[in-house]
Amino acid sequence: MNSQELPPYALAMGMEIAGIVDDSPLVAMDFSQRAVGRPGYLHGGAISGLLEMAGFAALAAELERKGIAVQIKPINIKVEFLRSGLPERIFARGEVLRAGRRVANVRIEAWQADRTRPVASCWMNFQLSPKKA
Amino acid sequence: MNQHDTNENATSSFSGAAPFDPARLAKRMTMGGHGNFLGMHYRDHGDIWIELGLDWRADLVGDPETGVIASGPIISMLDNATSLSVWTRTGVFRPQVTLDLRIDYTRAATPGKAIIARAECYQVRRSMAFVRGIAHDGDSADPVAHAVGIFMLIDGQEWIQS
Repeated sequence: MNSQELPPYALAMGMEIAGIVDDSPLVAMDFSQRAVGRPGYLHGGAISGLLEMAGFAALAAELERKGIAVQIKPINIKVEFLRSGLPERIFARGEVLRAGRRVANVRIEAWQADRTRPVASCWMNFQLSPKKA
Repeated sequence: MNQHDTNENATSSFSGAAPFDPARLAKRMTMGGHGNFLGMHYRDHGDIWIELGLDWRADLVGDPETGVIASGPIISMLDNATSLSVWTRTGVFRPQVTLDLRIDYTRAATPGKAIIARAECYQVRRSMAFVRGIAHDGDSADPVAHAVGIFMLIDGQEWIQS
């Protein structure tokens, strides 16, 4: 997956694929006014949107590696906000815990300057279904 | 985050609390930044609930093949609406942070249709507010998403220090 494959919403928010870390795409977003919640801090929804994109990218990469062509739809997401999102670049990376035939479970973390101090953590469940011809 | 729980007098000790006008704050919250970019706007409120709206837009799409809006803007709306519902219920503006938020996507939103997020604060404690909400695209009986979350209430002093 590369940045051009990101959906319009992700591109509008300034998200990009900034590399691959341990087989999972690293999704990054530079700070901009578009992502501001309370003055000077990132909006929780913008952070969540980044987490979702990293979760989706991690799963897409995993399925591609396994040669599985399916449709991916998010079922649900639960985000824990751990620290305030500072006005600087933010990263997110997902880890696929399990990708079965119908459902995939993914864990995602977001951080800024310090990888060991996550800004948010979340889990997502996805529904996998046969690709429409 | 844990220290917030020990702040037993959070409600009474915060002297900067101003009377809360949900419509006014909702409008202010969506005047700049992320809310403004998404085009979020205030619709209505009641005793413990508030409603925000968001028009469909091509640059907010999550799936270019279908034109379905991305889930990110829906989370942002539910985050703001649930947050505002706390102040709507308590009648005072007091700093708070989102502890967690869960969203269940019950169906894909219809491309081209505006999204409405309606959230309520169903319980408030000294240091926590419990919220829930739905997002729908015209029929509130058939939501596109359900949300449930918790906000940690913090007093003014603690806010300035963090």
